[in-house]
Amino acid sequence: MKELIEILKGLHPDVDFENTTTLIDDQILDSFDIITLITEIDSVFDVQIPAEEIVPERFNSAKALYELIEELLEDN
Amino acid sequence: MLFTSYGFIGFLAVLFVLYYLIPKRFQWILLLLGSYVFYTLASPKYMLYILATTVTTFYAAKYIGRLTVEQKKYIKINKETLTSEEKKTYKAKIKTVQKKWLIGTMLLNFGILAVAKYTNFAIANLNYMFEATGQSFQLSFWNIALPMGISFYTFQSMGYLIDVYRGKYEAQNHLPKFALFVSFFPQLIQGPISRYDDMSKTLYQEHSYDQNTVKRGFQRILWGYFKKVVIADRLLVAVTTIVQAPEVYDGVFVFIGMLLYAYQLYADFTGGIDITIGIAQVFGVQLKENFQQPYFSKNIAEYWRRWHITMGTWFKDYLFYPISVSKPMLKLSKFSRQKFGDAIGKRIPVYLATLIVWFTTGLWHGSSWNFIVWGLMNGIVIILSLEMKPFYEWFHGKFNVQHLWYFKLFQIIRTILLMSSIRMFDTYRNVPLTFKMFGTMFTRFDISDLWNRDLMGFGLSLGDYVILFVCLIVLVLVSTIQTRGSVRDWLSQKSPVFQYAVHYALILALLVFGAYGINYDSSQFIYNQF
Repeated sequence: MKELIEILKGLHPDVDFENTTTLIDDQILDSFDIITLITEIDSVFDVQIPAEEIVPERFNSAKALYELIEELLEDN
Repeated sequence: MLFTSYGFIGFLAVLFVLYYLIPKRFQWILLLLGSYVFYTLASPKYMLYILATTVTTFYAAKYIGRLTVEQKKYIKINKETLTSEEKKTYKAKIKTVQKKWLIGTMLLNFGILAVAKYTNFAIANLNYMFEATGQSFQLSFWNIALPMGISFYTFQSMGYLIDVYRGKYEAQNHLPKFALFVSFFPQLIQGPISRYDDMSKTLYQEHSYDQNTVKRGFQRILWGYFKKVVIADRLLVAVTTIVQAPEVYDGVFVFIGMLLYAYQLYADFTGGIDITIGIAQVFGVQLKENFQQPYFSKNIAEYWRRWHITMGTWFKDYLFYPISVSKPMLKLSKFSRQKFGDAIGKRIPVYLATLIVWFTTGLWHGSSWNFIVWGLMNGIVIILSLEMKPFYEWFHGKFNVQHLWYFKLFQIIRTILLMSSIRMFDTYRNVPLTFKMFGTMFTRFDISDLWNRDLMGFGLSLGDYVILFVCLIVLVLVSTIQTRGSVRDWLSQKSPVFQYAVHYALILALLVFGAYGINYDSSQFIYNQF
């Protein structure tokens, strides 16, 4: 989780990623951020997030995103 | 059949009366019949195209959906006996079959679209190449008419197919019901590009006559017609005059033409969508909004989130994301990070995907180079604005002007000017000419041209300019109210007398100021050609 928060902070240093649950709904992350995030996750966690998982429920909070990473790691 | 034709208004009136007279369980069938009548009247041979897309997409999605259900069932039944490795292998096997059906159906349908829309463009380019290489051989053009709404219904159907493949929702198992989703007549002309999970909530429902819903639908239709026939069709005269005589209208007139086209396109496209959404609402069907006061956007990325929203989200969900996160792209990103460092490496997938998406968006709009260049220019400006982000952040931190109204106004005007200049590729329809005319705005700009030469030469009278100016104020006011809530909500709280006065004023404006006079011929919607 710490590594994920670091990636997110790299995109928007001023956002409280530990507690925010509306990253997509409030347009804090845009589509460019999402792609950068996915490529960073790929290089740090070695996990490829497929396009069908790019939905608000998965990206609205760091917690939800981390759960997705864990699910994909498990599948691998 | 044009939305603005008397024939269409008659067709709509008959359908509306029948819709609320027949038993409710037949309402969706009436909409399907109405849609097919509408489509057949455009040209009977077009029916073959839409039927091909409907049938192939329906059966492919049904099969893909069935495999998903069977897979879940199989895993559930054999939960105890299957190892996780066996489960994975089984899932992968099913996914491979589903992928084959998905890709096959997409190739077929995008193939139909490509052949119908781009064959002559390909021939023209080949002929140009033959000529450039000194060969006398020339291919003859193909006599093929573009089926009405093909870009819209193909995208809508393929979106549905991909969603079923991704397991977002179950496939529709009733062919005629699916046929209605593909062919629903109000959105055939110019979208919006609906999503099945959104639209199906109200499309197949039984609808009782609800005076308030119907009234609001008609208000929206009326507002759409007002924008189309009072504003857009009037501006068409001036824009055509300027664009068709570039040797006469250069310098300041190019600038005027650019702004007039921005105004015309807004009135034409949003007016058309108002009519579409209004008609759907009259039948109780809820369609997605396609605009959110786009000309109030403060930058180009925001503009594209608020203009032609359903097309933008289609490209984002079904092209931008899949390309950006595809294995080759992730590999490329890793490779570039190692080779050029993190800063460049992380930009490559985003920028490459952006350019591919905007190239395709341009191509979607029309089979000519001007649209491709228009698309790429949008992509380039978006990439440049991403690169400028650190500067903007520094600027805003240093000067703290973001909250000031005049700075916001500056950002809005900047975005309108930027978008309008890119759109010149759409108006002049010729890439070298567009660059040339854009250049004359700086090299031959002489403000005195405005009073030294006859402005009325644009084909408009002083009265027309007054109407257009008043309408502009009305549009800005309405859009401002819309940023805080619905105008129709606001209107419904007013006294009945006030409401009737507004309705009559709109109808009167349509009849008196609508471009229906002898010299006018209500034109096709601009987006109909896409």
